[in-house]
Amino acid sequence: MKDSQDKDCDPLRETGVAMSTVLIKPPQDWVPLELKELWEHREIFSFLIWRDIKVRYKQTILGAGWAVLQPFFTMIVFSIIFGWLARMPSDGVPYPIFAYTALLPWQLFVRSLTASSNSIVANESLITKVYFPRLVIPLSATAAGVLDFAIASVVLFGMMAYYHIVPTSAVWMLPLFVLLAIATAFGVGLWLSALNVQYRDVGHALPFLTQMWLFATPIVYPSSLIPEQWLALYGLNPMSSVVEGFRWALLGTGSKPGPMLIASASAAFAVLISGLYYFRKMEQTFADAV
Amino acid sequence: MGDIAIRVENLGKRYRLGQRLRYRTFRDAVSGVLSAPFRGVHSYLSGQRPSENAQKSDDFIWALKEVSFDVKHGEAIGIIGRNGAGKSTLLKILSRITKPSEGCAEIHGRVGSLLEVGTGFHPELTGRENIYLNGAVLGIKKWEIGRKFDGIVAFAELDKFIDTPVKHYSTGMYMRLAFAVAAHLESEILLVDEVLAVGDAAFQKKCMGKMREVGREGRTVVFVSHNMGAIAELCDRAVLLDQGRQIADGDVAGTLGAYARLSGLNAPQAQYSPDSSLPSSIISLKLCNQDGVETCAFDIGEGITVSILYRVATRLRGLQLTVTVSRNMVDVIHSFDTDDLTEIPDRDPGLYRVDYTIPGMFLKSGIYSIRVGAGTPYKLFQDFESALRFEIEERSINTHMKGYRRGRPGHVISPGVWKTTKLE
Repeated sequence: MKDSQDKDCDPLRETGVAMSTVLIKPPQDWVPLELKELWEHREIFSFLIWRDIKVRYKQTILGAGWAVLQPFFTMIVFSIIFGWLARMPSDGVPYPIFAYTALLPWQLFVRSLTASSNSIVANESLITKVYFPRLVIPLSATAAGVLDFAIASVVLFGMMAYYHIVPTSAVWMLPLFVLLAIATAFGVGLWLSALNVQYRDVGHALPFLTQMWLFATPIVYPSSLIPEQWLALYGLNPMSSVVEGFRWALLGTGSKPGPMLIASASAAFAVLISGLYYFRKMEQTFADAV
Repeated sequence: MGDIAIRVENLGKRYRLGQRLRYRTFRDAVSGVLSAPFRGVHSYLSGQRPSENAQKSDDFIWALKEVSFDVKHGEAIGIIGRNGAGKSTLLKILSRITKPSEGCAEIHGRVGSLLEVGTGFHPELTGRENIYLNGAVLGIKKWEIGRKFDGIVAFAELDKFIDTPVKHYSTGMYMRLAFAVAAHLESEILLVDEVLAVGDAAFQKKCMGKMREVGREGRTVVFVSHNMGAIAELCDRAVLLDQGRQIADGDVAGTLGAYARLSGLNAPQAQYSPDSSLPSSIISLKLCNQDGVETCAFDIGEGITVSILYRVATRLRGLQLTVTVSRNMVDVIHSFDTDDLTEIPDRDPGLYRVDYTIPGMFLKSGIYSIRVGAGTPYKLFQDFESALRFEIEERSINTHMKGYRRGRPGHVISPGVWKTTKLE
């Protein structure tokens, strides 16, 4: 590989010229995140979210009802199999609401993860024809899942009313747990979307991965089944803190988030930051490889 | 450097062979990892440095190599070359879609690139929604689109259908809408790749008008096209690429001339060793223009002559030579040298030359191949498929508004005559 710092291409030239100057150079090993440029392209970000939401339920009969039906029927199946047949403990709350409280953030996570992982390949026609910061694509794919989450939340509050459960005073913490779920989905999605460009195996492995992840997260069972000394390790899966946090803030089960949450947040942060830099490095060849 | 809009220095783009042809899977990567140490050992034993081994030059193809030029603010420059010359790769690098492998480029000013029209269009969304979406994709701000919205709809001539999902549009409507948004891109620097090739003749005229307007506004334009007439009309300067290399850079007429000579590099003639077992055999074929110069590149208005040299060994009854001219696998012309005769003559032994001339303004622009054969009505002696190839270019005529432009239906330029009579 020829040295990119050709004598003709003195990077110092960048200084002192107008702001709209763009320097086009060969791929670099280390690419800055350029969050400012990302911010300048916020309009296309919101348009892509809008497009995803607008198109998602076109030509369906049930429309946005699907956002409710999927977690709702999963909850019913889980309640029959795990709650009623297997007699799974549920921290003293009715199993259906125990499951639904977990399924709600879980569906948000899976939806965002799947959408962002497939986003680059799915938007091939944009990638190969027009330039804008590539981070916008997985970011908007991740964010488009939030609306479904909001719709499905309505059912949760209906169920809480039905079971006469009042949210705890820690309910204000919920947005933080939602943010943790989204950050995790986005971080993993960054890795997988960039890998997916080179290796389409990602698309095949993803449903399997999310299924395994479902069982590694306290959704059908309470985390109180996990021995205490393993909780911090268990917390390396950020979704376990998200699910436990949801139950703790809404149903008052389990204990206050502690070391497990710290482990989760650190893990999510590490995946997110590494994902951002990995994506930035790989995006230089997206248009050639996709 | 204040007046320079684009500076391209030593730009090169290398693709690994087959990189775009297949997906890589984990299996490939895993087997690559497993065999890598052995390759290292192997290259060590054979005395090669691994880096040399890994980058054997035949594993790569340079789509672009050592290309350098400057474009001043307000200049309109055309990029020409045959298919695969690297034109689109160059435009993709300047648009920041792909990265160069070496060299660099600087762009001073806001860039708008149109590598295709309708990028990001979604079939389920309405025309109105797609205008906003496409605008955002092209980098036009929402308020800007809002301000230009009526102009875009009027330009596309779609007022009635603007709230219909575009999946119900005809191809023409779709392309008109797409171009209309693109035409309202107001960047200082415009990179355009053949997007004019859309819509019907009337809309073409409008698009050309818009492009001329862009040129007059003093914006910088880099324009890639196959249509030499359009390049000649819109650009002040042209760069010629061939197999990734920059062959010429200068005024349009000079560069177009270089392009014509370049296309002539394909062999305009073919030799065959005589076959003594046959009663007649073809010795050579040759393509000439109307001045008698051997060439493979013709202007659309120019006559094309196929010369066939053949030897007859024994007196032959009913010998016929045939020429078939085809384009994109479609046979356009099939002709016998005896077509004008009422009776097929006998040929005495000897050396013969026959010239077949196709007049100018008959074949549309494009690449043609010639098949030549010899035989009698009962037996085919020789048949040379794709014996020669030639290209017809739109050098002297801008075909954008013509019915015989390359992309339009029809195989030849119509010999029909139009006459309009005003009746009332």
